Amino acid sequence: MPGGAERVLRRRIGAVKNTKKITRAMELIAATRVARAQQRARAARPYAEQLTGVIENLAAAGADVDHPLLRQAESVERVAFVVCAGDRGLAGAYNASVIRSAEREIQALRAEGGDYRLIAVGKKVTDYFRFRGFEIDSTFAGFTDNPTYDDARNVARRVRELFDSGEVDQVELLYTEFVSMGTQRAVVRRFLPLESTEVMAAQGGGDAEALAGFSFEPSPEGVLEDLLPRYVEARLFAALLDAAASEHASRQRAMKAATDNAEDLIVKLAREMNRARQASITTEIMEIVGGAEALGSGKDKDLPTELVLSEPNA
Amino acid sequence: MSFTVEFVSPEALLYSGQATQVVCRTRGGGDIAFLTGHEPFIGSLQPCEVRVTEESGEVQRFAVRGGFVSVAGATTTVLSDAAIAAGDIDVSAAASARDAAAAAVSADADDRFAKEDLQWAEILLSVSGASTVA
Repeated sequence: MPGGAERVLRRRIGAVKNTKKITRAMELIAATRVARAQQRARAARPYAEQLTGVIENLAAAGADVDHPLLRQAESVERVAFVVCAGDRGLAGAYNASVIRSAEREIQALRAEGGDYRLIAVGKKVTDYFRFRGFEIDSTFAGFTDNPTYDDARNVARRVRELFDSGEVDQVELLYTEFVSMGTQRAVVRRFLPLESTEVMAAQGGGDAEALAGFSFEPSPEGVLEDLLPRYVEARLFAALLDAAASEHASRQRAMKAATDNAEDLIVKLAREMNRARQASITTEIMEIVGGAEALGSGKDKDLPTELVLSEPNA
Repeated sequence: MSFTVEFVSPEALLYSGQATQVVCRTRGGGDIAFLTGHEPFIGSLQPCEVRVTEESGEVQRFAVRGGFVSVAGATTTVLSDAAIAAGDIDVSAAASARDAAAAAVSADADDRFAKEDLQWAEILLSVSGASTVA
C-alpha cells in the first residue's frame, strides 16, 4: 500500500513536534525560575552573614555553653538523614543523585550496625524510599521548588525533636549544592551537632568585623542559646534554597537536551518520510511504465512516440 | 546625627534607613533605646514592638517575634526570622489568631506554644492598632 509508511511517519513527526514544544516551554520556565531561585538565595545571605557575625563576636567574647545542639555523642549509633530533593521529575539526574547518595549512606550505616531515621523532603524522595521498604520518619513536600523560611522551620523543628530527645546522635543533611549554572553537586553535610562557636565563626567567613568590647544582653551565653536554634533553621533554609536553584538548573538542562533530541529526531524522521514518499513515487512510475510497456508490446511495436521518454531502453 | 538601621530577615532586607533612635526590648533587660554612638552591643530580643525614629521625626513601628539586635559602629541591625512592619499587618488574621490562641490557652494553661502565639497576636494587634490611631 503506497503512502502508508509516509502517513505513519508524518504522524510521528507531529507527535515529536508537540513534545518539543512542551520541553521547550519547560526549559524556558526552568530558566526563569533558576534566576529567581538564585535571587532568593542572594536575599537570604545577609541574614546568614549577620548571624555568623554574631557568632564570631560571641566566640571572641569566649561564650561557650552546654547547649543540647552542641552535644557530641561519644559513639554515633543512630543517625538521622535529611534528604532534600524535588517533588517532580523531568530534571535529569537531579533527584536520582541525591537519593542514590542517601541510600549509600544508609547502607553504610546499617553495615556498621547503626540505626537510621529518614526525613524525606520532596515527593520523589518519599516515593523512592517507600517503594523500597525503607522506614520513613517524616515527610515534607510541596515546597521544594520554592521553599519559604517557614518550610525550613517546620523541617528544622522535626530534626530538633529527634536530636534534642536523644533519639539520634547525629544528623546528616543531603542536598544538591548549587555551584554554578553548569555545575550542581549532591553533597552530604554534617548538620547536627553543631561545631563549637570558634569553628562556626571560622567556617562562616562572614565580614569578620569581630571587635572586642561588645556588651551582651542578657549574657553571651544567653544570646548564644537563642541564636543556635535560629542558626540551625538558617542553615537548613540555605540548603533548601540551594536545592531549589539546583533543581531548576537541572531541569533546564534536561529539557534543553530533550528539545535538542526532538529536533534531531524530527530531521531524521523527515528524511525517512521523504525517502518513503520518493520510494512510493518511484514505485508508481515503475507501475505506469510497466503497464504502458505491456500495453505497447501488445499493440504495435513501431508506433507511439509519446511514451519514448519513459522507455529509455526501447 | 543619625545612624543606619537595617531589619534583616532570612527572606529579604525588610527595612533600611537612617534613624536617630531605635527602641526594642531585650530578653531579661527590658526596653532599651539606641541613640547615635551607642557602644557595641548584641542583645537577644523577646517578641516586642520595635520603634524606629527616622531623621524626619517619623516613627516606624515593627512587630518582631524574637531575634537579635546588634549595634556595631554606625549601624544597628535587627535580625529576625519574623518581623513585620506595622502597615503590613493583617489585622483580621491577627485577631482571629489571638482568639484561637486564647481558646487554646484556656483549654490547656500549660500550652507553651499557644501562650507564645497569644502574646505574638497581641503584639501584632497593638502595633497595627496604634499605628492607625496615630
